[in-house]
Amino acid sequence: MLKPSPKAPKFTVTRNACKLCTPLGAALVFKGIRGAVPLLHGSQGCSTYIRRYLISHYREPIDIACSNFSEQTAIFGGGANLKIALDNIRRQYDPEMIGVATTCLSETIGDDVPMFIREYRESCAGEDLPPVVHVATPSYQGTHMQGFHAALQAVVDQLAQGAAEAGPHVNLFPGMVSPADLRHLREICADFDLPVVLLPDYADTLDGPLWTEYQRIPEGGTSVTAIRSSGSARASLELGDVLARAKETAAGLLWKRFEVPCHRMGLPVGIDATDRMFAALAEISGRPTPENHLRERGRLIDSYADGHKYVMDARAVVFGEEDLVVGLAGFLGEIGVVPVVCASGGRSGHLAACIAERFPDHSQKGIQVLSDADFVTIETAARDAQPDFLIGNSKGYSMARRLDKPLIRVGFPVHDRVGGARLLHLGYRGSQQLFDRIANTLMAARQTASPVGYTYI
Amino acid sequence: MASIPILKEREKHIYRKGAEPFNLTCGHHSLAGVVSQRACVFCGSRVVLYPIADALHLIHGPVGCAAYTWDIRGALSSGPELHRLSFTTDLREKDVIFGGEKKLHRALVELIDTYQPRAAFVYSTCIVGIIGDDVAAVCRQVSREKAIPVLPVHSEGFKGTKKDGYKAACEALFKLVGQGPVDQISPWSINILGEFNIGGEAWIIKSYYEKMGVEVVATMTGDGRVDAIRRSHGAALNVVQCSGAMTTLADMMQARYGTPYIRVSYFGLEDTSKALYDVAAHFKDNPAIMARTQALVRGEISAIFPELQKIKAAVQGKRAAIYVGGAFKAFSLIKALRYLGMDVVLVGSQTGNDADYETLRDMCDDGTIILDDANPLELSKYIIEKRADLFIGGVKERPIAYKMGIGFCDHNHERKTPLAGYEGMLNFAREVYRSVNSPVWRFAPARAAAGKGASPC
Ligand code: SF4
Ligand code: SF4
Repeated sequence: MLKPSPKAPKFTVTRNACKLCTPLGAALVFKGIRGAVPLLHGSQGCSTYIRRYLISHYREPIDIACSNFSEQTAIFGGGANLKIALDNIRRQYDPEMIGVATTCLSETIGDDVPMFIREYRESCAGEDLPPVVHVATPSYQGTHMQGFHAALQAVVDQLAQGAAEAGPHVNLFPGMVSPADLRHLREICADFDLPVVLLPDYADTLDGPLWTEYQRIPEGGTSVTAIRSSGSARASLELGDVLARAKETAAGLLWKRFEVPCHRMGLPVGIDATDRMFAALAEISGRPTPENHLRERGRLIDSYADGHKYVMDARAVVFGEEDLVVGLAGFLGEIGVVPVVCASGGRSGHLAACIAERFPDHSQKGIQVLSDADFVTIETAARDAQPDFLIGNSKGYSMARRLDKPLIRVGFPVHDRVGGARLLHLGYRGSQQLFDRIANTLMAARQTASPVGYTYI
Repeated sequence: MASIPILKEREKHIYRKGAEPFNLTCGHHSLAGVVSQRACVFCGSRVVLYPIADALHLIHGPVGCAAYTWDIRGALSSGPELHRLSFTTDLREKDVIFGGEKKLHRALVELIDTYQPRAAFVYSTCIVGIIGDDVAAVCRQVSREKAIPVLPVHSEGFKGTKKDGYKAACEALFKLVGQGPVDQISPWSINILGEFNIGGEAWIIKSYYEKMGVEVVATMTGDGRVDAIRRSHGAALNVVQCSGAMTTLADMMQARYGTPYIRVSYFGLEDTSKALYDVAAHFKDNPAIMARTQALVRGEISAIFPELQKIKAAVQGKRAAIYVGGAFKAFSLIKALRYLGMDVVLVGSQTGNDADYETLRDMCDDGTIILDDANPLELSKYIIEKRADLFIGGVKERPIAYKMGIGFCDHNHERKTPLAGYEGMLNFAREVYRSVNSPVWRFAPARAAAGKGASPC
């Protein structure tokens, strides 16, 4: 198996983290549920910082409430604050759901949040109370991706219901992808004539038009009713290779509890991975891959042929969330690019195995995998690896600048360009956009480096 | 439209000029369950100390607090850039259970060995207080071992507000003051306090003082250096820029070293000129300083006057809303906007006190809304009601404005454009113009809906 690089001496300190903290992922999931308001149980700074971080990427209003601990709260526990917070959110937002995520602080003082919520429910007996979903997200236990998946599981666990007969719909758990990706996935399911419960779905809440009237909670998202029906879906699709190795997942839970068949596969980036997703959808729906997608696939392969020489044997540094890194690495391999460094701040422990699976020849290729890595570690590895380009989120910009190599921005966050929410990564269409960007980046680099200044390459 | 509800507890934090009696509540802990725009104690400390570029800044806690604040601020350095790296002990579950002192010690030693800083600041975040780490003791020990100042900053997020963070930062700084040689310092010398060199603002201000013949001993903390701070007690005067951030330090320096201080603002023509004249007046024993100041002010204003007049003609009569961190900044903004012929229809701050709000009330026209610790719902309610054309605030307020088709100007620490001094005023005016007069608002549905009767745009 591929081992983490022995070259990187383990520094105690995390220098320029390549990860975020758990409640951010949970808040993002709640933003993808219709009428939901996320509530962080802890002190104010965390929610304000998380909001600022998300807003800088999505460029949309993002309200995340907080139970606003004070010193007294930290000493006597956060029960009272949580109940006041729930009250105030109901009065201000009239939500269809409230998603409560804990923070390091409330977890460390040992708040029993499920009990607080039970007590709150009892005190509201007879009132029309929206569902209150709770997820434990202490940051010292993982990254924003753990928070994201834990929130999904909590939502499904606390809301899904079974039915005597399976419905026509399918559950799709896409992972932490962009609003553009979510829209594309919805479109694909529609083309298969498959009703879909897409969870989360922040395509509209985090990438919507200007408003005529102020929206307390932006329109869009998967409804609580739809989520309830996930227990009676005809199948679940769960995207992400690393996620597929997790002990517990939302789709896994639906299988165990309601026997909803579960299809697991990597993110559909590139031909092979996208083919797998389409095959699964074809199997579930009993329909062949729709013509428009076959044509998109055809054009993608055509572009591979047109551009293959520009990208062949190029060397790439890939970084970001583990599942995105695996998806991108697989795609890069498919077009002849070598992902010489595959790095993530995540520490699921599965990254190396997933990369090894995609690249049986990883040692000949000199592929290095870095888990639980920060940007200083990644930069050191990248310098040795002499890449032609980097591909990852915008936090890699300063590294790219020092290495004097182009950075292709993907994933989250993109804080230094507009349109982060509109980046498409998935499906044949998303792969097409990635391929064009990569080929053009390499062509531009050649053009710039040339003393001649060709206008025709 | 569905009206936006205001919570009863919040009504006291909102005042409409003209209504009697004037009672605006402020200085309170934020209400649980509201989406306050405030950050935390740590945020305050970090704002003050981070611009010190040759010091090490280590955030002791789980990863989030450091990850969200990595290089988000435009505080520039002319030399070392240690402050742009984000260091955190990234506490894990076992640290939370067994304590983080050993890890902190190891972290400090390896960072000091690697980066050779002139001093180190260690920021305690929320859970550090809870798990009981004796951060001060670790700092003392490392300080002895490495022979540099290692200063704990008590910035646990929940132990107060941002203002308490300013105070903790000033206390840490004060430990450096008085440690350096002062024999070479001119009798006509000052320290610049509360200026953080956002987009190079400290350089602009410093160049004015140099042209006036006044020596700047230390800038605290923009483009800051540990050695300069250590000799800052040798300056004849502390010139403290608006925000409450560093008045604590000025008070402490006055008490111990007898250094007098004056409060100034460098925002807008009026306040900048007043600041420079006040400093010149302080050195009346050297009339040449006043003469040079007069020449400087004349020269600077005449250089930008023609363009300002052009902009003024374009933005005159437009309505502005202001929501900023410290109330002091709001005072200057009101004056600057009036200079451009604009009306201020809403003004608020995260952390203003009673005296601040009284000043605001006196400055504002009848009908102006004054807000303390507002949230997105309140801000949107009133910018719509008051038909604002421009919103001045930070990243978190930006999308609220844009969704409703309202121009926006960033006046926070994250901006990259200098807004201080004379050229800063010109930058500000240009930015206001570019946003308010953009033709894109024609397509904004809220503006179209409000079309009749709204101010033409
Ligand atoms: S305390 Fe925990 S939840 Fe809050 S910002 Fe830090 S890491 Fe995130
Ligand atoms: S509130 Fe506490 S944990 Fe959250 S960002 Fe501030 S210091 Fe960090």
